[in-house]
Amino acid sequence: MHPIKLLFLGLLVLLVTVQTSLAASAIVVKGSTTVLPIVQAEAEAYMKSHPGVNISLSAGGSGDGIKALIDKSADIANSSRELKVEEINLAGKRAIRPVLHPIAMDAIVPIVNPKNRVKNLTVDQLSQIYQGRIRNWQEVGGDNLAIVVVSRDSSSGTFESWGNLVLHGAKVTPRAQMQASSGAIVQVISKNKYAIGYIGIGYLNRSVKPLTVNGVPATTQTAVSRQYPVSRPLYMVTNREPKAEVAGFVKFVLGKEGQRIVEKTGFVPLKKN
Amino acid sequence: MKITRRQKEILIKNTFFLFAIISLLILFLIVLFLFREGLPIFKEVTLWDFLFGDEWYPTYQPPSYGIWPLIVGSLIVTFLSSLIAVPIGVMSAVYISEIAPAALKEVLKSVIELLAGLPSVVLGFFGMVVLAPWLQETFDLPTGLNIVNASLILALMAVPTISSISEDALYAVPKEFKEASYALGATKYETIVRVIIPSAFSGITTSVILGMARAIGETMVVLMVAGGAAAIPESLFDSVRPMPASIAAEMGEAPFGSGHYHALFATGIVLFFMTLIFNLIADYVSHKFREEGSGTL
Repeated sequence: MHPIKLLFLGLLVLLVTVQTSLAASAIVVKGSTTVLPIVQAEAEAYMKSHPGVNISLSAGGSGDGIKALIDKSADIANSSRELKVEEINLAGKRAIRPVLHPIAMDAIVPIVNPKNRVKNLTVDQLSQIYQGRIRNWQEVGGDNLAIVVVSRDSSSGTFESWGNLVLHGAKVTPRAQMQASSGAIVQVISKNKYAIGYIGIGYLNRSVKPLTVNGVPATTQTAVSRQYPVSRPLYMVTNREPKAEVAGFVKFVLGKEGQRIVEKTGFVPLKKN
Repeated sequence: MKITRRQKEILIKNTFFLFAIISLLILFLIVLFLFREGLPIFKEVTLWDFLFGDEWYPTYQPPSYGIWPLIVGSLIVTFLSSLIAVPIGVMSAVYISEIAPAALKEVLKSVIELLAGLPSVVLGFFGMVVLAPWLQETFDLPTGLNIVNASLILALMAVPTISSISEDALYAVPKEFKEASYALGATKYETIVRVIIPSAFSGITTSVILGMARAIGETMVVLMVAGGAAAIPESLFDSVRPMPASIAAEMGEAPFGSGHYHALFATGIVLFFMTLIFNLIADYVSHKFREEGSGTL
């Protein structure tokens, strides 16, 4: 994590501890970096409308969050996956009963230049392209042009999701171009008919063409129904059904305003407003 | 209380000493921090594998921390940009200081200074949305974000450095040298090539090396226009990921204290040594080829 962010979080934690002693209530949230931007925005909105509640937030990966929940050092664990069998067993030993609350869908869309004739790719084709095994658009039904693979920097949550859902852990070719933001990817793809990139569904605009994957277009509906293959639910995990302040926050996230925030941060809300 | 002149002198001297020491101290602390954060990576990977490993996969399991493609990327854009910037920079300096009429001289000088003041993000954006599509169309390339693009933009940034320092060096060549040359019947061209440029050689070389140091450390431009592929390039139109681009793109999300985090700091150490070497060379050259006597810059 960025040292400045860490410092900031440190201060936040300090603030929370100080305020706790002043009899305010605190919620500790830990876990996935993918879920972080959502929960960060949610926490800010919630704390504004509920003075007296403090939410301390840190992200070190889904595994870290679940570990913290089991250790009882967190009230909520953010996770971009379901629990592993070992985690469930460990939780059982500590008398913790994890309850998963899906809060949003993460849908990642492959995009190409509008001039590109290709309309659909299978997950396998995408995987081959990103591993550098398919190198010409002709091999997937396009024009005889080299494929320029554009990827996010390896630290981003989108890169991680793409790696899990499409490449299943295989390495992205070193020839892949790297862009430091989703906006930059859209910019590059909109100017280059050779290129393919991927972005969260919230970043789509008219300058690029989204591809269907296995014949399924990426939309809010197909992502929520899980027909669209490059999507996954994001969770907040609590120990048993949440109570008191924690319940209030979870309810807020799942409510109308919370889901609007989900959409604003570039993810797919579970309920359409 | 009365302060004697002597006490005043000592006070002033010590104040200046303090300020000199502060900048040194800050530099020392930065270097210390860089090493403290960077060195732990060598518990996970040997120095040789780090510098010459050709796979950079810092977030995979198991991770590979080879920065050779990044080093190659940095060196190649620096080299190519100097190839473009040195002739332009030096020749514009010669024109401004020796040939241009007084009025034009002032205009050219201020334009070049203006170029030096352009923020790198503006140049990077220009490279991304103007130069890249143009390169791609003109040469029918798969991508316009490549070595050539990055080198052109970096050259644009290095020209003002090279030009202004070279110009100072040329300006410092004593009038007597020129007059002696003309007195011997040399033409203006002969005077410039055989007398003025050789006399200013150490200054010109310093300018070139400082221009290169500027190019190798430049971050924003290479992040935006070099394409960012962490592979050893096969042609000048391939994408590369110079070291500063890698650090800038990845540091924000690298978990604090992880191998990736330390590897990025270690990349910073490599970059630090490279700029240090450039500066040492500049220093050596400016002393070694110094014109003694009235020609000293």
